[in-house]
Amino acid sequence: MRLFRNNAWRTLACAVLLVVVVVSLAANWLAPAGYAKQYREATDAAPSGQHWLGTDEIGRDRFARVLYGTRISLLLAPAAALLSTLMAALIGGLAGYLGGTWTRAAMAVTDLFLSLPWLFLLITVRAVMPLNVTPLASVVVTFLLLGLLGWTSAARVLCATAGSLRDSDFVRQARALGVRPLRLFWLHVLPNLKPVLYAQFWISIPVFILTEANLGILGLGVAEPMPSWGSLLRELEGLVSLGEEPWKFVPLVLLAVVVTSFQFVLSEQQEAAA
Amino acid sequence: MVTKSRNAILVSALRVSALCIVLAGFALAQGGGELRFCLHSEPKTFDPLKVEDDASVSIRYLTGGVLLRINRQTQALEPELAQSWKVSKDAKQITFKLRSGISFSDGTPFSAEDVVYTVRQLMDPALHSPTGDSFRSGPGIVETRIISPTDISITFPAPVAGLDRQFDQVAILSAHSPKKEMAVLGPFMVADYKPGATVLLVRNPNYWKTDAQGKKLPYLDSIRLDIQPNRDVEMLRFKRGEVDLINSLDSEYFDKLWQIAPQVVHDAGPSLDSEQMWFNQVEKSPLPAYKKTWFRSASFRRAISEAINRDDLSRVVFRGHAQPAVGPISPANKFWFNAKLSAAAAYSRDAALKALQGEGFQLQNGTLKDKDGNEVVFSIITNSGNKYRERMATMIQEDLGKIGIKVNVVTLDFPSLIERMTQTFEYEAVLLGLTNTGLDPNEQMNVWLSSSENHQWNPSEKTPETAWEAEIDKLMREQASSADARARKKAFDRVQEIVVDEVPFIYLVNRNALSAVAADVQGASPVILSPQTFWNADRLEVKGERLALK
Repeated sequence: MRLFRNNAWRTLACAVLLVVVVVSLAANWLAPAGYAKQYREATDAAPSGQHWLGTDEIGRDRFARVLYGTRISLLLAPAAALLSTLMAALIGGLAGYLGGTWTRAAMAVTDLFLSLPWLFLLITVRAVMPLNVTPLASVVVTFLLLGLLGWTSAARVLCATAGSLRDSDFVRQARALGVRPLRLFWLHVLPNLKPVLYAQFWISIPVFILTEANLGILGLGVAEPMPSWGSLLRELEGLVSLGEEPWKFVPLVLLAVVVTSFQFVLSEQQEAAA
Repeated sequence: MVTKSRNAILVSALRVSALCIVLAGFALAQGGGELRFCLHSEPKTFDPLKVEDDASVSIRYLTGGVLLRINRQTQALEPELAQSWKVSKDAKQITFKLRSGISFSDGTPFSAEDVVYTVRQLMDPALHSPTGDSFRSGPGIVETRIISPTDISITFPAPVAGLDRQFDQVAILSAHSPKKEMAVLGPFMVADYKPGATVLLVRNPNYWKTDAQGKKLPYLDSIRLDIQPNRDVEMLRFKRGEVDLINSLDSEYFDKLWQIAPQVVHDAGPSLDSEQMWFNQVEKSPLPAYKKTWFRSASFRRAISEAINRDDLSRVVFRGHAQPAVGPISPANKFWFNAKLSAAAAYSRDAALKALQGEGFQLQNGTLKDKDGNEVVFSIITNSGNKYRERMATMIQEDLGKIGIKVNVVTLDFPSLIERMTQTFEYEAVLLGLTNTGLDPNEQMNVWLSSSENHQWNPSEKTPETAWEAEIDKLMREQASSADARARKKAFDRVQEIVVDEVPFIYLVNRNALSAVAADVQGASPVILSPQTFWNADRLEVKGERLALK
């Protein structure tokens, strides 16, 4: 019965994520006016037939911005997660498999990365980047940075797992049969790391979404006029009660729903990894 | 039984005594109540000559006695501790006739010696007084001479522009009081300071002013200044009735307060502050040569200025609590504003495009290109976290997009932005604001002189790179060395005309001076000059019950 309930929640979470992804991909049809058009005569407007979620402070349609922002966050966060997981597999997995000095060196680098203040690092990197980049490029660069800097925790887990596999019987037998180290890693170790890789991938997605949202709240990250969940959440600054303008909370609710859905999907992956 | 009745008598006696103490307290107090408001940072000093930060400036204003005071409402200079004054024609000497019979808060009599002592301290290079810096117009020694117990003259080695108005900032210290700078001549004195929490000011019992009915000022018993950097918390506390004033109110908060209690918010009209944009005109900057050519062209800058809809910026970004900026001086600066420049650059997309086409630019498939075929693309940087500037930049992005110009809006943390602006010059355009606290153009010398580091569009020029910058240098120096207000005004009017014509800064809006004053505060009339709400603190009263706003 409990298993059924868990499965039902996971199915629901998957369905929610699917709906959110499909709706955000259909943004061009659902909100044809786009996310950047400024209706300057109808700024900060309440929901209406024309603007389903009202408009923001400079008159941009909030519904369109939520859809496009969701699309950006939901497409690029998994891409960044994929990048960070691959880097973690390469650095952590390989170092764990090779053992000895390799493990110590890789873990020293990982510890160094973990000790860096992420947020300040991202702010610094953003500050030295060229200024004349298009909003789209700024989005890609932001998530690329997240991906390049977000592999460390996963690398530690993968290093430990690969280390335990290195001394397992089937690997010893393969080594005794003369299988070359890289082939052995590719054919025997990496497939056994898959469940951990999946779990790390799913864990990273909500983390990157929230990090981008944090950067957005600081005014960094995705450049105007392109929306992201982070920039949409900035509208909540100064709101003191839920009842004041509840439609402004839609991006927050959506973020909570998506992150929670990921957690449900993730729990399945964690169980599989265990 | 006997013991019980004795106890009852003792309790009654104590009660009567307590009541007497309370009544005596009420009798001593004038009943003006306690005013409460927030300082947004810790005051760095109580020494009025070392004051630099806003919190310390507020405390100096409330505690310091000055010889002359700029009336924040009329913007006229009025006598205070000095009955009268005279500035020499060469703007080097000022003579004061002092009031007599005045004492510091600790009872030490005020005399001409105190003025001499203050001026010597102020001009002492070892003290590094920021207030003293504005009097340092040339090398040499400042001479002070006591002509009689109530007459004193001060002679500076070089002309000081707006000499008399500078004394608005000079709080007189006592030469003889053992309490040093804590002995004051202003309406209030510091009674208690809890770092990180509060500064308590109480009425100066020896304050010399009286009202029209002969009643001693100030009316207030005390002022409690809570140190609160967070504006949201300040707003919340105002709503709860825990603070009585908010000096510079955000336009969004203004509207929110207006919805629940319109009587507490005040819009005093355009302030001295401006929001502006400028292009990088530094010759040695690492920009491509063709972009330098655009940015150094006055026609290009004028066209950009024309293509920006300032009315929309004022109406949308500041919710109507701002005015399209006319030029470098806000119309709020009654004397120095050049009235000939009565209207902001009119928004005209077509005129802007026509002007650009006249310079060889062409609109091809919705993209503007220069005569060499380079697409017109540039970035505007502004400081992250300032939602108003981000919104203005985004609206400018759309406005310029309508004439085929692509703008990339980049928000940077403030130190990175300053580094790009002043060190590396790796930027194309900047959108920032300028906070003006003073009225006199002399306070803007560091912006207008081409040799200055704060000449933002092209700092620290060895010699003026353009004829119009050379003319501004000449005019600014002329007005600074003259005591003739009309001659100074004429020179500075011309500076404003040059700036409007050459557009080194694209002035966008002048934000309105918004403030909030609780209903229990009587006598408040907020103005545009700082301190907007408590400029007449000696005549304010807090009466009635403090109520939370609902």
